[in-house]
Amino acid sequence: MLAFATRRLILSIPTLIFISFIIFMLLQLAPGDPMAQVPLTVPPEVKEKMRQALGLGEPPLVQYWKWLVQVFWIEPQVLIDHIFGTSFAAGDLRVISWQTRSPVMEIVIQRIPQTLWVVGVAYVVAILIALPIGVYSAYRQYSVFDQAGTFVTMIGFSIPPFFTGPLLIVIFSVQLGWFPSIYDTTHVVNDWESFKVQLQQMVMPVMVLAFQITAQLSRYMRASMLDNLNQDYVRTARAKGLSEAVVVNVHVLRNSMIPVVTVIALGIPSIFGGAIITESVFKVNGIGQLLLTALFANDLPMVMTLTFIFAVLIVLFNLIADVLYGLLDPRIRYD
Amino acid sequence: MTNSPQDDVIVASTATPTAIEALQDKEPLAPPSSRSRDIWDQFRKHKGAMFGLWFLTFITLAVLIGPYIWQVDPQKLDIRNKDMRPIYTALWDSGAKVGWNKPLGSDQLGRDNLAQILAGGRASMAVGWAAMLLSLLIGTAVGVVAGYFRKLDSLLMRTTDLFLALPILPLLLLAVTLFRQPLRVAFGPEGGMFVLIVTIIAITSWMPTARIVRGDVLAIKEREFVLAARSIGTTNGKIIRRHLLPNVLSPIMVSAALGLATAIITESALSFLGVGFPSDFPTWGKMLADAVVRMERFPERVLLPGVAISLTVLSVNYLGDGLRDALDPRIRGR
Repeated sequence: MLAFATRRLILSIPTLIFISFIIFMLLQLAPGDPMAQVPLTVPPEVKEKMRQALGLGEPPLVQYWKWLVQVFWIEPQVLIDHIFGTSFAAGDLRVISWQTRSPVMEIVIQRIPQTLWVVGVAYVVAILIALPIGVYSAYRQYSVFDQAGTFVTMIGFSIPPFFTGPLLIVIFSVQLGWFPSIYDTTHVVNDWESFKVQLQQMVMPVMVLAFQITAQLSRYMRASMLDNLNQDYVRTARAKGLSEAVVVNVHVLRNSMIPVVTVIALGIPSIFGGAIITESVFKVNGIGQLLLTALFANDLPMVMTLTFIFAVLIVLFNLIADVLYGLLDPRIRYD
Repeated sequence: MTNSPQDDVIVASTATPTAIEALQDKEPLAPPSSRSRDIWDQFRKHKGAMFGLWFLTFITLAVLIGPYIWQVDPQKLDIRNKDMRPIYTALWDSGAKVGWNKPLGSDQLGRDNLAQILAGGRASMAVGWAAMLLSLLIGTAVGVVAGYFRKLDSLLMRTTDLFLALPILPLLLLAVTLFRQPLRVAFGPEGGMFVLIVTIIAITSWMPTARIVRGDVLAIKEREFVLAARSIGTTNGKIIRRHLLPNVLSPIMVSAALGLATAIITESALSFLGVGFPSDFPTWGKMLADAVVRMERFPERVLLPGVAISLTVLSVNYLGDGLRDALDPRIRGR
């Protein structure tokens, strides 16, 4: 298992470099010039110097190499400096955003908590709702509960978040006035009152996201439970007199969780990247919204770094899912 | 049947021409039903799938024929009749600004909502179908080639894995913003966006189909009938076309239904985020996006396109669900 994980980890490095290369070369085709906003009175040689300062004006391959060095060598050093107070990266040029002229990573670090709060909570809520629903639907297959669950999950698959979002806003913030329609990211939680406000503003985005994730997860859970409920070991467990609760919740559930856990792991990257639409509906100042604004503002280093972060997360969690699958299921041998 | 002596005894005793009563056929056997008949019978039992088929046919006919019946230009500005409510609003609000000339009301520029819904549906359905077909084409081609030709297998599957590792939505947004200008110059503002969105959705969504098709082809190509076909000198191309493709048709059809649903949602999402078709060209996603800022006063402008998207996608999903049940011989007949 360790050998498998190491091999996959090493293999993922060329994959990631290849992906980053594709994205970088795509971005090279982008129209637009970061110097377009600079006044015409600025002399051309000054402009050329500004261009050099942004890392432009060199061949694409050199630029790509510089970006690689900045992301893989300088940024970790900055992180170490930040943690231990050393100064390895002093004076080195980091990846600079064209919008704000500040390091991309600093902005990303500022935005991550918002995204994590909203989307992470939604994911946890969705798992907590989806698993019992899936278990019970499978246990009582074709019952009223199962039929209703199937219908609701179908709806969850079909209604896009850019419709549920506005719908919830119309119902709960316009008509009923229960929750604010805009997520206030500057809100500080320091006492019970402010915590309640925080909860209120989180309810709607979390609901929208959790609805979709619940739909998918409960389907997987149901299918996996159904696969296991007809197995011989279940009959054995019943035959030796175990109570139904123990059979379902211990024997069957544990075995059914194996594929579901990997599905959950595979979904984690979308916590960071998949919430672009929900974040823009509720004006959550998170990573998805950052990517969107960076795209519209033609801020290529920001777009590049963010897309790459998403790719890293996807590759990493694919790897984690594979390893988890092997760890949880002793029947699976990778070697 | 075993060759034990007991069997001989039974055979000897039932050798008489009249069978015992329980084994007698009271009526002639029904002719064997064809495969398509079986599939249709199973499909008909799935209520959701029948609803899906019915609604999808309805909405397709509506967006195809509708504009010829309701001949109002969806892009025509009629500023005197702006902000009209749908005709049914008059049921509970007699003071509402309604009129039979605008059955579903009009937007802030006086464009007719019914005409926009029809035209928007045309755009969404066209994008959905085209992207789905293109993605199926790529996915099936990659899957069949990877499954059939062992030399290309690992290369193509690594490529598929690579595409699966790409962050889809960010890349979609990226590609649309990057290639919008050149394609608009080449194909005109609407045609360019159409080509771009269809291509991008197809390029980013063919991987599941390719994986499923490859798995099936790997299993089928080891079967005897393929060996028989090869032994009488059938070429690879003909084996693929005549023997492999018909056998992988059912997973392809199921992923076609799912692909149509995702394509419609993706197109609407792009329009919603403001990177889709040009601003005067109505699509469901764009109508929704435009209406969100005014949804307190005119909730129907959010609801109409939103319900249209959701119902279409729901019906396509149910259709796919029913197809999967109907095409799976293990489930059929239960």
